[in-house]
Amino acid sequence: MGQTITEKIFAAHHRDSPGGDSVVLDIDVVMCHEITTPIAINDLMERGMDRVFDPDKIKAVIDHVTPSKDSKTATQAKILRDWARRHAIRDFFDIGANGVCHALFPEKGFIRPGYTVIMGDSHTCTHGAFGAFAAGVGTTDLEVGILKGVCSFRLPQTIKVTIKGELPTGVYAKDVILRLIKELTVKGATDAIMEFVGPVVDRLSMESRMTLCNMAIEAGATCGVCLPDRVTAQYLWPFIDEQYDSLDQAVADFKRWHSDPDAVYARELTLDVSSLVPQVTYGYKPDEVMDAAELEGTRIDQVYIGSCTNGRLEDLREALRILAGRSVAPGVRGIVSPATPHVYAQALSEGLIQQFVAAGFCVTNPTCGACLGMSNGVLAPGEVCASTTNRNFNGRMGKGGMVHLMSPLSAAAAAVAGCITDPRKYL
Amino acid sequence: MKHFGGASLFLDRHDINTDEIIPAKYLTENSKLDLKPYMLEDLRLEGFDPASAEARAARVIVSRQNFGCGSSREHAVWVFEVNGINVVIAESFARIFRQNMFNCGMLAIELPSADIATLFAARPAEIGVDLEQGLVKADGREFFFTLNSFDRDLVRAGGWLAYADRKY
Ligand code: SF4
Repeated sequence: MGQTITEKIFAAHHRDSPGGDSVVLDIDVVMCHEITTPIAINDLMERGMDRVFDPDKIKAVIDHVTPSKDSKTATQAKILRDWARRHAIRDFFDIGANGVCHALFPEKGFIRPGYTVIMGDSHTCTHGAFGAFAAGVGTTDLEVGILKGVCSFRLPQTIKVTIKGELPTGVYAKDVILRLIKELTVKGATDAIMEFVGPVVDRLSMESRMTLCNMAIEAGATCGVCLPDRVTAQYLWPFIDEQYDSLDQAVADFKRWHSDPDAVYARELTLDVSSLVPQVTYGYKPDEVMDAAELEGTRIDQVYIGSCTNGRLEDLREALRILAGRSVAPGVRGIVSPATPHVYAQALSEGLIQQFVAAGFCVTNPTCGACLGMSNGVLAPGEVCASTTNRNFNGRMGKGGMVHLMSPLSAAAAAVAGCITDPRKYL
Repeated sequence: MKHFGGASLFLDRHDINTDEIIPAKYLTENSKLDLKPYMLEDLRLEGFDPASAEARAARVIVSRQNFGCGSSREHAVWVFEVNGINVVIAESFARIFRQNMFNCGMLAIELPSADIATLFAARPAEIGVDLEQGLVKADGREFFFTLNSFDRDLVRAGGWLAYADRKY
Protein backbone atom coordinates (compact mmCIF):
# COMPACT_ATOMS: atom_id res chain seq x y z
CA MET A 1 0.00 0.00 0.00
CA GLY A 2 1.33 3.41 -0.94
CA GLN A 3 2.03 6.18 1.52
CA THR A 4 1.22 9.86 1.61
CA ILE A 5 4.00 12.40 2.17
CA THR A 6 2.91 12.74 5.79
CA GLU A 7 2.99 8.97 6.36
CA LYS A 8 6.52 8.91 4.93
CA ILE A 9 7.61 11.72 7.25
CA PHE A 10 5.99 9.98 10.23
CA ALA A 11 7.74 6.70 9.38
CA ALA A 12 11.11 8.45 9.06
CA HIS A 13 10.72 10.14 12.47
CA HIS A 14 9.03 7.38 14.45
CA ARG A 15 10.29 7.14 18.03
CA ASP A 16 7.55 5.30 19.87
CA SER A 17 4.02 3.95 19.67
CA PRO A 18 2.77 4.69 23.17
CA GLY A 19 -0.73 3.28 22.71
CA GLY A 20 -3.96 3.86 20.84
CA ASP A 21 -3.37 5.45 17.47
CA SER A 22 -0.81 7.84 18.94
CA VAL A 23 2.80 7.99 17.88
CA VAL A 24 5.77 9.87 19.27
CA LEU A 25 7.96 11.54 16.65
CA ASP A 26 11.48 12.92 16.70
CA ILE A 27 11.31 16.63 15.94
CA ASP A 28 13.76 18.41 13.61
CA VAL A 29 12.88 22.00 14.45
CA VAL A 30 11.30 23.40 17.63
CA MET A 31 10.30 27.01 17.10
CA CYS A 32 9.55 29.45 19.89
CA HIS A 33 8.01 32.91 20.29
CA GLU A 34 7.61 35.20 23.24
CA ILE A 35 3.93 34.61 23.97
CA THR A 36 3.75 30.85 24.50
CA THR A 37 7.39 30.02 25.37
CA PRO A 38 8.18 32.10 28.51
CA ILE A 39 5.58 30.24 30.53
CA ALA A 40 7.18 26.97 29.35
CA ILE A 41 10.60 28.26 30.35
CA ASN A 42 9.34 29.32 33.79
CA ASP A 43 7.71 25.96 34.32
CA LEU A 44 10.86 24.05 33.31
CA MET A 45 12.90 26.21 35.68
CA GLU A 46 10.50 25.60 38.56
CA ARG A 47 10.78 21.87 37.97
CA GLY A 48 14.57 22.04 37.88
CA MET A 49 14.51 20.99 34.21
CA ASP A 50 15.95 24.09 32.54
CA ARG A 51 17.63 22.22 29.69
CA VAL A 52 17.31 22.06 25.89
CA PHE A 53 17.70 18.90 23.81
CA ASP A 54 19.71 20.56 21.04
CA PRO A 55 20.27 24.33 20.83
CA ASP A 56 20.82 24.13 17.06
CA LYS A 57 17.37 22.65 16.50
CA ILE A 58 15.64 25.38 18.47
CA LYS A 59 14.74 28.66 16.76
CA ALA A 60 13.34 31.60 18.69
CA VAL A 61 11.90 35.00 17.85
CA ILE A 62 10.21 37.91 19.54
CA ASP A 63 7.46 38.78 17.09
CA HIS A 64 3.99 39.09 18.58
CA VAL A 65 4.54 42.27 20.57
CA THR A 66 7.71 44.04 19.48
CA PRO A 67 8.99 46.53 20.48
CA SER A 68 7.51 45.59 23.87
CA LYS A 69 4.49 47.73 24.77
CA ASP A 70 4.51 47.46 28.59
CA SER A 71 6.27 45.78 31.52
CA LYS A 72 4.48 42.49 31.04
CA THR A 73 5.41 42.08 27.40
CA ALA A 74 8.91 43.38 28.12
CA THR A 75 9.20 40.63 30.74
CA GLN A 76 8.06 37.99 28.27
CA ALA A 77 10.66 39.17 25.77
CA LYS A 78 13.33 39.18 28.47
CA ILE A 79 12.53 35.65 29.61
CA LEU A 80 12.93 34.38 26.04
CA ARG A 81 16.06 36.49 25.41
CA ASP A 82 17.79 35.37 28.62
CA TRP A 83 16.90 31.76 27.95
CA ALA A 84 18.27 31.87 24.38
CA ARG A 85 21.51 33.32 25.71
CA ARG A 86 21.73 30.84 28.59
CA HIS A 87 21.43 27.87 26.24
CA ALA A 88 23.50 29.29 23.38
CA ILE A 89 20.57 29.23 20.95
CA ARG A 90 22.19 30.91 17.96
CA ASP A 91 19.06 31.32 15.89
CA PHE A 92 17.38 33.84 18.15
CA PHE A 93 15.88 36.93 16.52
CA ASP A 94 15.39 40.14 18.47
CA ILE A 95 14.65 43.77 17.55
CA GLY A 96 16.24 44.71 14.24
CA ALA A 97 16.36 41.11 13.09
CA ASN A 98 12.90 39.92 14.12
CA GLY A 99 9.77 39.35 12.07
CA VAL A 100 6.63 37.24 12.05
CA CYS A 101 7.76 33.69 12.89
CA HIS A 102 6.06 31.89 10.00
CA ALA A 103 7.52 34.33 7.48
CA LEU A 104 10.95 34.68 9.09
CA PHE A 105 11.91 31.04 9.71
CA PRO A 106 11.24 29.88 6.12
CA GLU A 107 13.23 32.87 4.85
CA LYS A 108 16.19 31.69 6.92
CA GLY A 109 16.03 28.27 5.28
CA PHE A 110 15.19 26.46 8.53
CA ILE A 111 12.41 24.35 7.02
CA ARG A 112 13.27 21.56 4.59
CA PRO A 113 11.27 18.84 2.83
CA GLY A 114 10.68 15.84 5.07
CA TYR A 115 11.21 17.76 8.32
CA THR A 116 9.08 17.59 11.45
CA VAL A 117 8.41 21.00 12.95
CA ILE A 118 6.50 22.13 16.05
CA MET A 119 5.81 25.50 17.59
CA GLY A 120 3.52 26.83 20.30
CA ASP A 121 1.49 28.54 17.63
CA SER A 122 -1.45 27.20 15.66
CA HIS A 123 -0.29 28.63 12.32
CA THR A 124 2.81 26.45 12.34
CA CYS A 125 0.93 24.54 9.62
CA THR A 126 2.31 27.24 7.26
CA HIS A 127 5.63 25.39 6.98
CA GLY A 128 4.00 22.39 5.36
CA ALA A 129 4.38 24.45 2.18
CA PHE A 130 7.95 23.10 2.05
CA GLY A 131 6.86 19.47 2.12
CA ALA A 132 7.32 19.23 5.87
CA PHE A 133 5.06 18.07 8.67
CA ALA A 134 4.59 21.18 10.77
CA ALA A 135 2.07 21.42 13.57
CA GLY A 136 0.98 23.93 16.15
CA VAL A 137 1.13 22.65 19.72
CA GLY A 138 0.41 23.86 23.23
CA THR A 139 2.91 24.89 25.84
CA THR A 140 3.31 21.43 27.43
CA ASP A 141 4.11 19.90 24.04
CA LEU A 142 6.53 22.75 23.52
CA GLU A 143 8.21 22.06 26.89
CA VAL A 144 8.66 18.40 26.04
CA GLY A 145 9.91 19.37 22.58
CA ILE A 146 12.49 21.71 24.09
CA LEU A 147 13.55 19.16 26.67
CA LYS A 148 13.43 15.90 24.70
CA GLY A 149 13.03 16.72 21.00
CA VAL A 150 9.89 14.61 20.70
CA CYS A 151 6.17 15.22 20.29
CA SER A 152 3.08 13.00 20.20
CA PHE A 153 0.51 12.96 17.43
CA ARG A 154 -2.32 10.71 16.39
CA LEU A 155 -1.70 8.84 13.15
CA PRO A 156 -2.72 11.29 10.46
CA GLN A 157 -5.45 10.99 7.91
CA THR A 158 -5.04 13.00 4.77
CA ILE A 159 -7.52 15.00 2.74
CA LYS A 160 -6.28 15.36 -0.81
CA VAL A 161 -7.20 18.78 -2.16
CA THR A 162 -6.74 19.05 -5.90
CA ILE A 163 -6.73 22.60 -7.19
CA LYS A 164 -7.17 22.85 -10.93
CA GLY A 165 -8.00 25.37 -13.59
CA GLU A 166 -6.46 28.80 -14.00
CA LEU A 167 -6.44 31.50 -11.30
CA PRO A 168 -8.30 34.48 -12.80
CA THR A 169 -6.83 37.99 -12.56
CA GLY A 170 -7.30 39.44 -9.08
CA VAL A 171 -7.80 36.02 -7.46
CA TYR A 172 -5.10 34.58 -5.22
CA ALA A 173 -4.12 31.72 -2.93
CA LYS A 174 -5.97 33.58 -0.14
CA ASP A 175 -9.23 33.42 -2.09
CA VAL A 176 -8.62 29.73 -2.79
CA ILE A 177 -8.06 28.83 0.86
CA LEU A 178 -11.04 30.91 2.05
CA ARG A 179 -13.21 29.09 -0.48
CA LEU A 180 -11.86 25.71 0.69
CA ILE A 181 -12.50 26.55 4.36
CA LYS A 182 -16.05 27.52 3.45
CA GLU A 183 -16.49 24.12 1.85
CA LEU A 184 -14.81 22.11 4.62
CA THR A 185 -16.11 24.26 7.54
CA VAL A 186 -14.00 25.07 10.61
CA LYS A 187 -14.02 21.43 11.68
CA GLY A 188 -13.98 19.59 8.35
CA ALA A 189 -10.27 18.79 8.48
CA THR A 190 -9.86 18.15 12.23
CA ASP A 191 -7.16 15.55 12.92
CA ALA A 192 -6.33 15.49 9.22
CA ILE A 193 -3.64 16.83 6.91
CA MET A 194 -4.68 18.92 3.93
CA GLU A 195 -2.45 17.90 1.03
CA PHE A 196 -2.62 20.52 -1.73
CA VAL A 197 -1.91 19.18 -5.21
CA GLY A 198 -2.74 19.93 -8.83
CA PRO A 199 -1.65 22.26 -11.60
CA VAL A 200 -2.56 25.46 -9.76
CA VAL A 201 -0.43 24.50 -6.73
CA ASP A 202 2.45 23.50 -9.02
CA ARG A 203 2.47 27.01 -10.47
CA LEU A 204 2.17 28.84 -7.12
CA SER A 205 5.20 30.59 -5.63
CA MET A 206 6.47 29.46 -2.21
CA GLU A 207 4.88 32.60 -0.76
CA SER A 208 1.45 31.68 -2.11
CA ARG A 209 1.89 28.08 -1.00
CA MET A 210 2.58 29.39 2.50
CA THR A 211 -0.65 31.42 2.36
CA LEU A 212 -2.51 28.25 1.39
CA CYS A 213 -0.99 26.10 4.15
CA ASN A 214 -1.20 28.91 6.74
CA MET A 215 -4.97 28.70 6.92
CA ALA A 216 -5.27 24.89 6.95
CA ILE A 217 -5.74 25.15 10.73
CA GLU A 218 -8.84 27.27 10.14
CA ALA A 219 -10.48 24.14 8.75
CA GLY A 220 -9.17 22.28 11.81
CA ALA A 221 -6.28 20.60 9.96
CA THR A 222 -3.14 19.52 11.79
CA CYS A 223 -1.02 20.67 8.87
CA GLY A 224 -1.29 21.79 5.28
CA VAL A 225 1.29 20.31 2.92
CA CYS A 226 2.56 20.85 -0.63
CA LEU A 227 4.80 18.37 -2.41
CA PRO A 228 8.37 19.71 -2.63
CA ASP A 229 9.38 20.45 -6.22
CA ARG A 230 11.51 22.79 -8.32
CA VAL A 231 9.83 25.88 -6.84
CA THR A 232 10.74 24.61 -3.35
CA ALA A 233 14.30 23.82 -4.42
CA GLN A 234 14.75 27.24 -6.00
CA TYR A 235 13.55 28.98 -2.85
CA LEU A 236 15.84 26.88 -0.65
CA TRP A 237 18.80 26.89 -3.04
CA PRO A 238 20.98 29.39 -1.10
CA PHE A 239 20.75 27.04 1.90
CA ILE A 240 21.18 23.71 0.16
CA ASP A 241 23.67 24.48 -2.61
CA GLU A 242 26.46 22.69 -0.78
CA GLN A 243 24.33 19.63 -0.25
CA TYR A 244 23.44 19.11 -3.92
CA ASP A 245 25.49 19.38 -7.13
CA SER A 246 22.62 20.93 -9.02
CA LEU A 247 19.06 22.12 -8.69
CA ASP A 248 17.96 19.08 -10.69
CA GLN A 249 19.58 16.82 -8.15
CA ALA A 250 17.74 18.55 -5.31
CA VAL A 251 14.44 18.28 -7.17
CA ALA A 252 15.06 14.58 -7.78
CA ASP A 253 15.94 14.01 -4.13
CA PHE A 254 12.81 15.81 -2.93
CA LYS A 255 10.71 13.31 -4.89
CA ARG A 256 11.28 10.70 -2.22
CA TRP A 257 8.82 12.63 -0.07
CA HIS A 258 6.08 12.69 -2.71
CA SER A 259 2.91 10.78 -1.95
CA ASP A 260 2.74 7.47 -3.78
CA PRO A 261 0.17 7.17 -6.59
CA ASP A 262 -1.63 4.46 -4.60
CA ALA A 263 -1.58 6.35 -1.30
CA VAL A 264 -4.84 6.17 0.63
CA TYR A 265 -6.78 9.33 1.41
CA ALA A 266 -9.57 9.84 3.92
CA ARG A 267 -11.27 12.21 1.52
CA GLU A 268 -10.63 13.83 -1.85
CA LEU A 269 -11.74 17.27 -2.81
CA THR A 270 -11.35 19.11 -6.10
CA LEU A 271 -11.66 22.83 -6.66
CA ASP A 272 -11.64 24.35 -10.12
CA VAL A 273 -10.56 27.92 -9.57
CA SER A 274 -11.18 29.18 -13.10
CA SER A 275 -14.48 30.76 -12.09
CA LEU A 276 -13.43 31.74 -8.55
CA VAL A 277 -13.97 35.39 -7.59
CA PRO A 278 -12.43 37.36 -4.67
CA GLN A 279 -13.62 35.97 -1.33
CA VAL A 280 -14.14 37.64 2.06
CA THR A 281 -15.37 36.49 5.47
CA TYR A 282 -18.46 38.07 7.01
CA GLY A 283 -18.87 36.63 10.54
CA TYR A 284 -16.80 35.49 13.49
CA LYS A 285 -15.70 32.19 11.96
CA PRO A 286 -13.27 31.72 9.07
CA ASP A 287 -15.74 29.44 7.27
CA GLU A 288 -18.28 32.25 7.00
CA VAL A 289 -17.14 33.22 3.53
CA MET A 290 -18.86 34.91 0.59
CA ASP A 291 -17.97 36.68 -2.65
CA ALA A 292 -16.50 40.15 -2.03
CA ALA A 293 -19.20 41.55 -4.31
CA GLU A 294 -21.92 40.26 -1.95
CA LEU A 295 -20.55 42.50 0.82
CA GLU A 296 -20.13 45.46 -1.51
CA GLY A 297 -20.49 48.73 0.37
CA THR A 298 -19.79 47.37 3.87
CA ARG A 299 -18.22 50.36 5.59
CA ILE A 300 -14.75 49.89 7.12
CA ASP A 301 -12.65 51.87 9.60
CA GLN A 302 -9.28 50.20 9.17
CA VAL A 303 -7.31 48.20 6.62
CA TYR A 304 -4.56 45.87 7.76
CA ILE A 305 -2.03 44.35 5.38
CA GLY A 306 0.42 42.02 7.06
CA SER A 307 0.72 38.82 9.17
CA CYS A 308 2.03 35.32 8.51
CA THR A 309 -0.76 34.86 5.97
CA ASN A 310 -0.16 37.86 3.71
CA GLY A 311 2.70 40.08 4.85
CA ARG A 312 5.29 38.94 2.32
CA LEU A 313 6.77 40.79 -0.65
CA GLU A 314 4.39 39.29 -3.16
CA ASP A 315 1.49 40.50 -1.00
CA LEU A 316 2.79 44.07 -0.77
CA ARG A 317 3.36 44.15 -4.51
CA GLU A 318 -0.16 42.92 -5.24
CA ALA A 319 -1.75 45.45 -2.85
CA LEU A 320 0.12 48.23 -4.64
CA ARG A 321 -1.43 47.23 -7.95
CA ILE A 322 -4.40 49.15 -6.60
CA LEU A 323 -2.86 51.49 -4.02
CA ALA A 324 -0.08 52.95 -6.17
CA GLY A 325 -1.09 56.43 -7.22
CA ARG A 326 -4.31 56.28 -5.19
CA SER A 327 -5.13 57.32 -1.63
CA VAL A 328 -6.79 55.74 1.35
CA ALA A 329 -10.43 56.89 1.52
CA PRO A 330 -11.19 59.67 4.05
CA GLY A 331 -11.85 58.27 7.52
CA VAL A 332 -10.08 54.97 6.84
CA ARG A 333 -6.85 54.03 8.62
CA GLY A 334 -4.41 52.03 6.53
CA ILE A 335 -1.71 49.97 8.26
CA VAL A 336 0.88 47.77 6.59
CA SER A 337 3.32 45.54 8.49
CA PRO A 338 6.00 43.98 6.29
CA ALA A 339 6.42 40.52 7.79
CA THR A 340 10.22 40.42 8.11
CA PRO A 341 13.24 42.75 7.95
CA HIS A 342 14.09 41.23 4.56
CA VAL A 343 10.60 42.02 3.26
CA TYR A 344 10.92 45.53 4.69
CA ALA A 345 14.37 46.17 3.17
CA GLN A 346 13.40 44.75 -0.21
CA ALA A 347 10.16 46.77 -0.18
CA LEU A 348 12.22 49.86 0.49
CA SER A 349 14.64 49.22 -2.32
CA GLU A 350 11.79 48.51 -4.75
CA GLY A 351 10.07 51.74 -3.69
CA LEU A 352 7.06 49.89 -2.26
CA ILE A 353 7.24 51.46 1.19
CA GLN A 354 7.29 54.93 -0.37
CA GLN A 355 4.17 54.07 -2.36
CA PHE A 356 2.35 52.89 0.76
CA VAL A 357 3.28 56.11 2.54
CA ALA A 358 2.18 58.16 -0.46
CA ALA A 359 -1.18 56.36 -0.40
CA GLY A 360 -1.60 57.40 3.25
CA PHE A 361 -0.68 54.12 4.94
CA CYS A 362 1.09 53.83 8.28
CA VAL A 363 4.05 51.45 7.90
CA THR A 364 4.98 49.52 11.05
CA ASN A 365 8.03 47.45 11.86
CA PRO A 366 7.86 43.70 11.14
CA THR A 367 5.55 42.23 13.84
CA CYS A 368 2.26 40.36 14.25
CA GLY A 369 0.74 43.75 15.06
CA ALA A 370 -2.98 44.14 14.62
CA CYS A 371 -3.47 40.47 13.70
CA LEU A 372 -4.09 39.46 17.29
CA GLY A 373 -4.86 42.85 18.77
CA MET A 374 -2.15 42.66 21.42
CA SER A 375 -0.06 45.68 20.52
CA ASN A 376 -0.86 48.10 17.72
CA GLY A 377 -3.82 48.49 15.39
CA VAL A 378 -6.45 47.48 17.96
CA LEU A 379 -10.06 48.20 16.98
CA ALA A 380 -12.54 50.11 19.14
CA PRO A 381 -15.91 48.45 19.84
CA GLY A 382 -18.08 48.60 16.74
CA GLU A 383 -15.19 49.21 14.37
CA VAL A 384 -14.58 47.17 11.24
CA CYS A 385 -11.31 46.09 9.66
CA ALA A 386 -10.57 44.75 6.18
CA SER A 387 -7.62 42.48 6.95
CA THR A 388 -5.22 40.14 5.19
CA THR A 389 -4.83 38.06 8.37
CA ASN A 390 -6.25 34.60 9.09
CA ARG A 391 -8.70 34.91 12.00
CA ASN A 392 -11.94 36.82 12.38
CA PHE A 393 -12.83 35.49 15.83
CA ASN A 394 -14.89 37.64 18.16
CA GLY A 395 -12.54 40.12 19.84
CA ARG A 396 -9.49 39.02 17.87
CA MET A 397 -8.40 42.54 16.84
CA GLY A 398 -10.01 44.23 19.83
CA LYS A 399 -13.15 43.69 21.89
CA GLY A 400 -16.30 44.46 19.92
CA GLY A 401 -14.43 44.79 16.62
CA MET A 402 -15.27 43.01 13.37
CA VAL A 403 -12.59 41.60 11.07
CA HIS A 404 -13.23 40.71 7.43
CA LEU A 405 -10.52 38.41 6.06
CA MET A 406 -9.47 38.88 2.44
CA SER A 407 -6.55 38.99 0.01
CA PRO A 408 -4.09 41.92 -0.10
CA LEU A 409 -5.67 43.07 -3.36
CA SER A 410 -9.16 43.09 -1.81
CA ALA A 411 -7.83 44.90 1.27
CA ALA A 412 -6.19 47.52 -0.94
CA ALA A 413 -9.45 48.01 -2.82
CA ALA A 414 -11.31 48.40 0.47
CA ALA A 415 -8.78 51.03 1.58
CA VAL A 416 -9.37 53.09 -1.54
CA ALA A 417 -13.16 52.62 -1.63
CA GLY A 418 -13.71 52.99 2.14
CA CYS A 419 -15.83 49.87 2.04
CA ILE A 420 -15.62 46.24 1.00
CA THR A 421 -15.72 45.96 -2.75
CA ASP A 422 -14.76 43.69 -5.63
CA PRO A 423 -11.10 44.61 -6.18
CA ARG A 424 -11.11 43.67 -9.84
CA LYS A 425 -12.82 46.89 -10.85
CA TYR A 426 -9.70 48.81 -9.80
CA LEU A 427 -7.33 46.77 -11.97
CA MET B 1 -4.27 12.33 39.43
CA LYS B 2 -6.74 15.19 39.31
CA HIS B 3 -10.31 15.01 40.60
CA PHE B 4 -12.95 14.70 37.89
CA GLY B 5 -16.61 15.65 38.22
CA GLY B 6 -18.91 18.07 40.02
CA ALA B 7 -21.09 21.05 39.18
CA SER B 8 -21.89 21.39 35.48
CA LEU B 9 -21.79 24.27 33.04
CA PHE B 10 -23.60 23.88 29.73
CA LEU B 11 -22.28 25.89 26.78
CA ASP B 12 -24.77 25.34 23.98
CA ARG B 13 -22.81 26.19 20.86
CA HIS B 14 -20.54 24.60 18.26
CA ASP B 15 -17.02 25.85 17.50
CA ILE B 16 -16.25 27.66 20.75
CA ASN B 17 -12.72 28.92 20.12
CA THR B 18 -9.80 29.52 22.45
CA ASP B 19 -9.88 33.29 21.84
CA GLU B 20 -13.34 33.23 23.44
CA ILE B 21 -12.12 31.06 26.33
CA ILE B 22 -9.19 33.38 27.07
CA PRO B 23 -8.70 36.53 24.97
CA ALA B 24 -5.24 37.26 23.53
CA LYS B 25 -4.78 40.35 25.66
CA TYR B 26 -4.33 38.15 28.74
CA LEU B 27 -1.57 36.09 27.16
CA THR B 28 0.95 38.44 28.70
CA GLU B 29 0.38 36.78 32.09
CA ASN B 30 3.22 34.49 33.06
CA SER B 31 1.40 32.62 35.81
CA LYS B 32 -1.59 30.33 35.39
CA LEU B 33 -3.32 31.71 38.48
CA ASP B 34 -3.35 35.24 37.08
CA LEU B 35 -5.61 34.02 34.28
CA LYS B 36 -8.36 33.03 36.72
CA PRO B 37 -10.73 36.04 36.44
CA TYR B 38 -10.85 36.02 32.64
CA MET B 39 -12.36 32.61 31.87
CA LEU B 40 -14.78 32.66 28.90
CA GLU B 41 -14.75 36.44 28.89
CA ASP B 42 -15.38 36.80 25.15
CA LEU B 43 -17.78 33.87 24.73
CA ARG B 44 -20.46 34.63 22.19
CA LEU B 45 -23.45 32.92 23.79
CA GLU B 46 -26.85 34.49 24.42
CA GLY B 47 -27.51 34.97 28.13
CA PHE B 48 -24.09 33.71 29.25
CA ASP B 49 -22.39 35.66 32.02
CA PRO B 50 -18.82 34.58 32.80
CA ALA B 51 -19.14 36.19 36.25
CA SER B 52 -22.31 34.23 37.17
CA ALA B 53 -22.32 31.94 40.20
CA GLU B 54 -22.99 28.98 37.88
CA ALA B 55 -19.92 29.68 35.76
CA ARG B 56 -17.75 30.24 38.82
CA ALA B 57 -18.89 27.04 40.56
CA ALA B 58 -18.48 24.83 37.50
CA ARG B 59 -16.29 21.71 37.61
CA VAL B 60 -17.43 20.11 34.33
CA ILE B 61 -18.17 21.82 31.01
CA VAL B 62 -20.53 20.27 28.47
CA SER B 63 -20.54 21.63 24.93
CA ARG B 64 -21.21 20.70 21.29
CA GLN B 65 -18.90 20.19 18.29
CA ASN B 66 -15.30 21.30 17.67
CA PHE B 67 -14.74 22.68 21.15
CA GLY B 68 -11.49 24.63 21.59
CA CYS B 69 -10.79 25.45 17.96
CA GLY B 70 -8.44 28.19 16.82
CA SER B 71 -5.34 29.34 18.66
CA SER B 72 -3.00 26.77 20.21
CA ARG B 73 -2.85 28.70 23.51
CA GLU B 74 -2.72 26.27 26.41
CA HIS B 75 -3.94 29.21 28.49
CA ALA B 76 -7.43 28.03 27.46
CA VAL B 77 -6.83 24.78 29.35
CA TRP B 78 -5.10 26.47 32.29
CA VAL B 79 -7.89 28.99 32.80
CA PHE B 80 -10.21 26.02 33.26
CA GLU B 81 -7.71 24.26 35.52
CA VAL B 82 -7.25 27.23 37.86
CA ASN B 83 -11.02 27.60 38.03
CA GLY B 84 -11.37 23.95 39.11
CA ILE B 85 -12.66 22.62 35.80
CA ASN B 86 -10.78 19.44 34.89
CA VAL B 87 -13.27 17.91 32.47
CA VAL B 88 -14.79 19.08 29.19
CA ILE B 89 -17.40 16.81 27.61
CA ALA B 90 -18.23 17.54 23.98
CA GLU B 91 -19.31 15.95 20.76
CA SER B 92 -15.87 16.68 19.29
CA PHE B 93 -12.74 18.72 19.97
CA ALA B 94 -10.18 20.65 18.00
CA ARG B 95 -6.92 18.66 17.97
CA ILE B 96 -4.60 21.05 19.81
CA PHE B 97 -7.06 21.83 22.60
CA ARG B 98 -7.78 18.12 23.12
CA GLN B 99 -4.07 17.30 23.28
CA ASN B 100 -3.43 20.22 25.65
CA MET B 101 -6.11 18.85 28.02
CA PHE B 102 -4.52 15.39 28.20
CA ASN B 103 -1.04 16.92 28.33
CA CYS B 104 -2.13 18.68 31.53
CA GLY B 105 -3.61 15.48 32.95
CA MET B 106 -7.15 16.71 32.30
CA LEU B 107 -10.03 15.02 30.52
CA ALA B 108 -11.47 15.85 27.09
CA ILE B 109 -14.33 13.37 26.76
CA GLU B 110 -16.07 12.82 23.45
CA LEU B 111 -19.64 11.52 23.55
CA PRO B 112 -21.93 10.70 20.60
CA SER B 113 -24.31 13.47 19.56
CA ALA B 114 -27.33 11.58 20.95
CA ASP B 115 -25.73 11.46 24.42
CA ILE B 116 -24.79 15.12 24.22
CA ALA B 117 -28.38 15.91 23.22
CA THR B 118 -29.66 13.91 26.20
CA LEU B 119 -27.36 15.79 28.54
CA PHE B 120 -28.45 19.15 27.15
CA ALA B 121 -32.11 18.18 27.48
CA ALA B 122 -31.70 17.19 31.12
CA ARG B 123 -29.06 19.74 32.10
CA PRO B 124 -28.11 17.91 35.31
CA ALA B 125 -26.58 20.19 37.96
CA GLU B 126 -23.95 17.57 38.84
CA ILE B 127 -21.95 15.31 36.54
CA GLY B 128 -19.76 12.45 37.75
CA VAL B 129 -16.89 10.87 35.85
CA ASP B 130 -15.50 7.38 36.44
CA LEU B 131 -12.21 7.25 34.54
CA GLU B 132 -11.51 3.56 35.19
CA GLN B 133 -14.88 2.38 33.92
CA GLY B 134 -15.14 5.04 31.22
CA LEU B 135 -18.45 6.38 32.48
CA VAL B 136 -20.07 9.78 32.65
CA LYS B 137 -22.82 9.72 35.29
CA ALA B 138 -25.63 12.23 35.50
CA ASP B 139 -29.26 12.15 36.71
CA GLY B 140 -29.04 8.42 37.40
CA ARG B 141 -27.96 7.70 33.84
CA GLU B 142 -24.63 6.45 32.55
CA PHE B 143 -22.89 7.32 29.31
CA PHE B 144 -19.95 5.26 28.08
CA PHE B 145 -16.86 6.91 26.69
CA THR B 146 -13.59 5.52 25.36
CA LEU B 147 -10.16 7.05 25.63
CA ASN B 148 -7.11 6.45 23.51
CA SER B 149 -4.93 4.32 25.85
CA PHE B 150 -2.07 6.81 25.56
CA ASP B 151 -4.36 9.67 26.58
CA ARG B 152 -5.49 7.63 29.59
CA ASP B 153 -1.86 7.06 30.54
CA LEU B 154 -1.22 10.80 30.32
CA VAL B 155 -4.08 11.46 32.74
CA ARG B 156 -2.77 8.81 35.13
CA ALA B 157 0.78 10.16 34.88
CA GLY B 158 -0.45 13.69 35.64
CA GLY B 159 0.45 14.96 32.18
CA TRP B 160 2.86 14.69 29.24
CA LEU B 161 5.88 16.29 30.88
CA ALA B 162 5.96 13.75 33.71
CA TYR B 163 5.28 10.92 31.25
CA ALA B 164 7.91 12.02 28.72
CA ASP B 165 10.54 12.74 31.33
CA ARG B 166 10.28 9.18 32.56
CA LYS B 167 10.17 7.52 29.17
CA TYR B 168 12.29 9.47 26.66
S1 SF4 C 1 0.72 37.09 12.34
FE1 SF4 C 1 -1.11 36.62 13.51
S2 SF4 C 1 -1.62 34.51 13.05
FE2 SF4 C 1 0.50 34.88 12.36
S3 SF4 C 1 1.79 34.21 14.06
FE3 SF4 C 1 1.42 36.40 14.35
S4 SF4 C 1 -0.42 36.52 15.65
FE4 SF4 C 1 -0.31 34.45 14.85
